[in-house]
Amino acid sequence: MTSATAAHSVVEPSATTRRLAGSLVVLYAIITMIPLVWIMLTAFKSPDDAISYPPKVMFKPSLEGFCNLFTTRSRQTPEFIRSLGPPQGLCDSIARERNMVVAGPSNYVPRFVNSLIIAFGSTVLAVTLGTLSAYGFSRFRVPLKDDLLFFILSTRMMPPIAVAIPIYLMYRTIGLSDTRLGMILLYTSVNVSLAVWLLKGFIDEIPREYEEAAMIDGYTRFQAFVKVVLPQATTGIAATAIFCLIFAWNEYAFAVLLTSGNAQTAPPFIPIIIGEGGQDWPAVAAGTTLFLVPIVVFTVLLRKHLLRGITFGAVRK
Amino acid sequence: MARIDVEALDKSFGGFHAVKSASFTVEDGQFLCLLGPSGCGKTTTLRMIAGLELPTAGTIRLDGEDVTMNRASARDIAFVFQLFALYPHMNVRRNIGFPLKCEGIGAAERDRRVVEAARILRISHLLDRSVSGLAGGDRQRVALGRAIVRKPKCFLMDEPLGALDTEMREAMIHELRALHDRLGATTVYVTHDQLEAMAMADRIAVMNNGVVEQVASPRDVYDRPASLFVADFIGSPPMNFLPFRGGLQTGAEAITLGERDVAIPAAREAMAESELVLGVRPEHVRFTDQGMVRGEVYGTEYLGTTQIVTVTTHYGALKARSASSRSFRIGETVGLDFRPDTLSIFDKASGRAIRTALHEGGAHG
Repeated sequence: MTSATAAHSVVEPSATTRRLAGSLVVLYAIITMIPLVWIMLTAFKSPDDAISYPPKVMFKPSLEGFCNLFTTRSRQTPEFIRSLGPPQGLCDSIARERNMVVAGPSNYVPRFVNSLIIAFGSTVLAVTLGTLSAYGFSRFRVPLKDDLLFFILSTRMMPPIAVAIPIYLMYRTIGLSDTRLGMILLYTSVNVSLAVWLLKGFIDEIPREYEEAAMIDGYTRFQAFVKVVLPQATTGIAATAIFCLIFAWNEYAFAVLLTSGNAQTAPPFIPIIIGEGGQDWPAVAAGTTLFLVPIVVFTVLLRKHLLRGITFGAVRK
Repeated sequence: MARIDVEALDKSFGGFHAVKSASFTVEDGQFLCLLGPSGCGKTTTLRMIAGLELPTAGTIRLDGEDVTMNRASARDIAFVFQLFALYPHMNVRRNIGFPLKCEGIGAAERDRRVVEAARILRISHLLDRSVSGLAGGDRQRVALGRAIVRKPKCFLMDEPLGALDTEMREAMIHELRALHDRLGATTVYVTHDQLEAMAMADRIAVMNNGVVEQVASPRDVYDRPASLFVADFIGSPPMNFLPFRGGLQTGAEAITLGERDVAIPAAREAMAESELVLGVRPEHVRFTDQGMVRGEVYGTEYLGTTQIVTVTTHYGALKARSASSRSFRIGETVGLDFRPDTLSIFDKASGRAIRTALHEGGAHG
């Protein structure tokens, strides 16, 4: 640990420097965490606590936000509510305190599922295509290689939303509008250029001797690619997958424009909640909090691949 | 084991002509070194034999079978890379056993052969270690293990010792040659290090600019270089070159250098009056007061048993090897004489060695 530090700096940092650096990191972490923590707290507030001024840090936790997120409710007269039997579960009893009954499930779950299918689908597609083309660019003599790579990169130079209207018209004509497939293809086409460039860097770093050795030992090129190159590219593939997933998961503008009843994803859906019967901030916060979970889980799952320097020391350069 | 025939092999990369009509034969069980400076096409030639590159033209035969366009895996050869190319996600045992696994050989038979290969290479104690913790020499042994475990038709090695430090290299040179003598495997070995080539090879193919300049035994390559390039590349310090103008009759036993006659091995071909070059190895230069070439001592390099004396002459700086007991003063005027039976004559324009009595008795490529 000490030697690793010494290898990069001429002078060993003093105790004061370390403490100062440490406190700066902690301070920065706190500042970045505040909005997240605030959203999570709001998710567990009652609608009144959520809009109270001054804001409440201490409050009585409530699941009303989550209930409102997952259900639709209808307002009824107290007499009608009293005439019903006992409340159907927790959310029903919360609703009845506000003279409402649960009418049915909300659209949050289908929208969330849409988000999962579209984000993971486009990530898998973009990383697969990206890995194959990056390998091709890295290992073969491709005519006009530099121009092609520049062309691929250039698709990222313009903000994607600049082509939103043409894409909307095209999608409507060919019937991809408001379909999951359409969104998967769209996000894939945006992400694949990033994937090619990131992965080409990683694959360039893998000595070609590995797959050549495997080919001489009896593998075809494709077998060598799968059994020898891929295991060593896991770090790059994991990093690329996280980037692609984050883009596809968070994308808002295309989703608003191109999806509605069928393939709508969570990002355009969450703000709609605000409009349903007053400004229901706890429901929005609950939707946002749950929306963060898949990315966190995915990143944590891939973390060990991100940190592992797998080829270290096996090849002498 | 097999004989390798390479015929008129050509390789171009875009506009770059890497290998120009290379031809040579490696006999069954022979150890051939492809020797040349970097960029001379030796590695490309080796990779074409392996099937890692496809030639632009020419043929490669393994045991008479034309394999020019065959996939690498269909050639039954083993390749040892300079960078070892051990799979970092496998331990030593699995690395050595990998080619057998590719062939679909069962676990028991595989393990038996891995253990046998490890024993030959004296790395049995390392079998269950991870490859990333191994020292350079041990990694190269593991790479060799992966090559010998399959009992392939031939071994191709691309500067396998290039990444090792000097001490380890010396040891591995002897080990590789001992291994070759024991297995009797046809081997093509690429190196830019003439000492490696001299120490290990049965035959050396010297390449320059994509052209095979000479294929011969180490002794012939040194004593009877086929071209100016070979004479210059082999030997340290290289051969001295004394340019002169003259012609040769068949059977002539002397040339005229400046005003004086220099005895040479009898010419076996005639040469019209043209620019020629006399080649003299430093150890074939003698110091005599009656020497035909005179010059001033410019400096000496002490090498232990011998010393290299640089003498400035009318023909440029000449290097002579002399016993280290003899002492020279800088600026001293000395006379130089050459051992006649060892001299080479080259045609300056083509670089080609002119045939003389020197070439008789030695196999000449």
